[in-house]
Amino acid sequence: MANDTTPILEMRGITKTFPGVKALSDVTLSVARGEVHAICGENGAGKSTLMKVLSGVYPHGTYEGDIVFEGETCRFKTTRDSEERGIVIIHQELALSPFLSIAENIFLGNERAKGGVINWAQTNKQAADLLARVGLDESPDTRIQDIGVGKQQLVEIAKALSKKVKLLILDEPTAALNDEDSAHLLDLIRHLQGQGITSIIISHKLNEIAAIADSTTIIRDGKSIETLDMHGAEPVTEERIIRGMVGRDLEHRYPEHTPTIGEEVLRIEDWTVHHPVDHSRVVVDNASLNVRAGEIVGIAGLMGAGRTELAMSVFGRSWGANISGKLFLHGKQVSIKSVDAAIEHGIAYATEDRKHYGLNLIEDIKRNTTSAKLKRITKGGVVDAGREVVMSEQFRKDMKTRANSVDVVVGKLSGGNQQKVVLAKWLFTEPEVLILDEPTRGIDVGAKYEIYEIINKLADSGKAVIVISSELPELLGICDRIYAMSQGRITGQLPRAEASQESLMRYMTMEKSGATR
Amino acid sequence: MSAPTTLEQPTAQPEPSKKNNGGSLKAYLGQNIQQYGMIAALLVIVAIFQVTTDGLMLNPDNIAALIQQNAYVFILTIGMVMVIVAGHIDLSVGSVVAFVGGICAVLITDFELSWPLAVALSVLVGGLVGCWQGFWVAYAGIPAFIVTLGGMLLFRGLAIVILDQTIAGLPGGFNDISNGSLPAALGYIGNLDGITVFIGVFAFVGLALAQIRARGELKKLDLHTEPFAAFIGKLVLSALAIGAITYLLASSAAGTPIVLIIVGVLVLIYTFLMNNTIFGRHIYAMGGNLPAAMLSGVKTKRVNFLIFVNMGLLAGVAAVVTTSRAGAGIAAAGTNYELDAIAAAFIGGTSVNGGIGKITGAIIGALIMGVLNMGLSIMGTDPAYQQVIKGLVLIAAVALDILNKRRGK
Repeated sequence: MANDTTPILEMRGITKTFPGVKALSDVTLSVARGEVHAICGENGAGKSTLMKVLSGVYPHGTYEGDIVFEGETCRFKTTRDSEERGIVIIHQELALSPFLSIAENIFLGNERAKGGVINWAQTNKQAADLLARVGLDESPDTRIQDIGVGKQQLVEIAKALSKKVKLLILDEPTAALNDEDSAHLLDLIRHLQGQGITSIIISHKLNEIAAIADSTTIIRDGKSIETLDMHGAEPVTEERIIRGMVGRDLEHRYPEHTPTIGEEVLRIEDWTVHHPVDHSRVVVDNASLNVRAGEIVGIAGLMGAGRTELAMSVFGRSWGANISGKLFLHGKQVSIKSVDAAIEHGIAYATEDRKHYGLNLIEDIKRNTTSAKLKRITKGGVVDAGREVVMSEQFRKDMKTRANSVDVVVGKLSGGNQQKVVLAKWLFTEPEVLILDEPTRGIDVGAKYEIYEIINKLADSGKAVIVISSELPELLGICDRIYAMSQGRITGQLPRAEASQESLMRYMTMEKSGATR
Repeated sequence: MSAPTTLEQPTAQPEPSKKNNGGSLKAYLGQNIQQYGMIAALLVIVAIFQVTTDGLMLNPDNIAALIQQNAYVFILTIGMVMVIVAGHIDLSVGSVVAFVGGICAVLITDFELSWPLAVALSVLVGGLVGCWQGFWVAYAGIPAFIVTLGGMLLFRGLAIVILDQTIAGLPGGFNDISNGSLPAALGYIGNLDGITVFIGVFAFVGLALAQIRARGELKKLDLHTEPFAAFIGKLVLSALAIGAITYLLASSAAGTPIVLIIVGVLVLIYTFLMNNTIFGRHIYAMGGNLPAAMLSGVKTKRVNFLIFVNMGLLAGVAAVVTTSRAGAGIAAAGTNYELDAIAAAFIGGTSVNGGIGKITGAIIGALIMGVLNMGLSIMGTDPAYQQVIKGLVLIAAVALDILNKRRGK
């Protein structure tokens, strides 16, 4: 592997702070020349932030610590600086322009041109050579939108190669790919390794890491925990990696809660959802679950597992295509085809992205609170403004939303208070089933505790609650029962007493072939 | 797992919301500066013209003429605010005015229908035009800019087809819609027209009662109300404004223009619609955050469709008013009316990005444009420069609005 003993890249003591959050704290990363180096960690552990520091997305001076590349200390101001040195990052969301051709995309910002005039012959010739190198059999003229995600990923790599890449960083490269495309991509990474290109790969798929990585660095809570040699005397198992990823103490605390569980409220059976654009992609695969009155049920899963897609497809088919499966409310099968029908049936879905999908930020608290069920305060189509104020004020007080009045514009509130308005909005619809998608994302610890208390109160009032969360301690702290999802399937179900971070992570990383139901 | 005491602290913080009386007057004015900025701008412009025209600006007959000349803008901008708040635009309304105006004239002359029936049918035709455009925008998903750009050409062309010759000689009753005034049924008080005074008093009392009732309700529920001084100030100011306009109209040669009643009723209806009905709420919700509105169960397609149907109906009303004002059906009628309506909406504080906008704001915007037109005309300003000035005012108004918002952040 690495004959040259000096590492190609060393990141030392990297600390990166965002307002109020320490995203990275004294992180060290050492990558040997010519190796494939994996980085593992939970969602939000700081992997992507670390790579953004390395590639210059966060310019020198906005972080502490040193980046030493090929023996030289680097101070990247932009991604262009790092690319000039041969460090290229391929982000999870591909940065290709859909209406331009493959060749144009490869040389975008780096055009084969003289005096501003593009040399098309050169462009297409060099593009064809690069495509051959990545094993993509497409004409350079083909538009990006006409090829699948797997091939687009290869175009990104060809683009990186055109920049004389020495260190290639791939952020979740296979998250959106099917098995065949994933295998091809991993082959290509190995092939490039043979040509002397070093790779850093961020992945949630532990079997992939085990198959391809020479060493693995584990990041947890913004700290580098350990680097494992994958070819060492002791074989590194997936369990070993999982232990590193979750092995923290419970830092967050959760309110005490004894559930009173009643009858089943919601059940879905064999729920299958396809991607709304790419109908051949199965995003939720034969999922079945149920939730009872007074129960808080968690859904655990890594990014791309299909949790949000499952929730939204249940919520009036607001996501996905070719949705099949059965939906039961109180044991009776129902067909719910629109959001307002879902609301009528007592289902509420509080989105993970409150700014884009949850709230009208330019409106005030009261109007947001009532927006999902205006009928409750109207007579003959006329809104009773007095009742609106009274009722939204009651919610504001109950939830301890900190604002002068319900006339305050929601965009001016803090994240935690915005989240309380989202909850108020959905409680206002008088739901029986409440699906909360990442209910504490991006809010501070104190507000989290309050949200947990609200969730407990909801369950105590007889509502069936489903909580989707990327934070395993949170699920373990508040849920009575937890489902784990992986690649669109529900791979396991554990009561709170039997669930641990390790056991959940096992199910969350379970591959399709190994999935048991 | 017991709750750590450190986490309890945030909940124990003092509740700032206890201050139910709404804080100081200064803070209140600060929050509402945008709303009153436009009114202040209008007053300043009127004051400047009053000086530069040697008092001709506020001549009673000029005020009546101001209302009659700009009635179409008031009517169109009501619908335009709704269209823009929902995140669309309508470029076709000028052509629709010509098209429907032509139909109205044809119905009266060629079909010999009584003029009230022709008016009703014309407004309906406007609604049908709205259905056509609403279908493409809402259900076919074509951007409103494109659909109404097409409509602009389409309906102008149809107007020319219908009105290959100007149709004049429309009945007097029809022409009175835009040119006539209410009869002096209540006689005169001094030299003031009785019915105008009655309407003015009625309008103020109605407004004051509604305000007092709303405030009383909030008080009763122990809720946040605006400072008392601001409340009284607002009432006094509206008394002054209504009083001034009433005085001017009552002392004008003809009294209250009929079209002012039409505009007034429309403003009342649509302000209510936008503020107090589910339909209005849904428009604001969609303009503010479309995906969030969809996920809140708003039937966005239906709302979009209805917004354009409504715009068509109002364009129909504007067509009647315009045809009546000219006393004839003219193929070139309504040229650039869409721009007047859009400009009035933006000057009146409607957000370019949708989600924000008030009918009353747009009416003030239309007044600002109308006063500029009239004042500059009285001064004998070259029409070319009139356009230059109006263009600059539009940009300045929106720029101020954007700067204001940026500072707010």
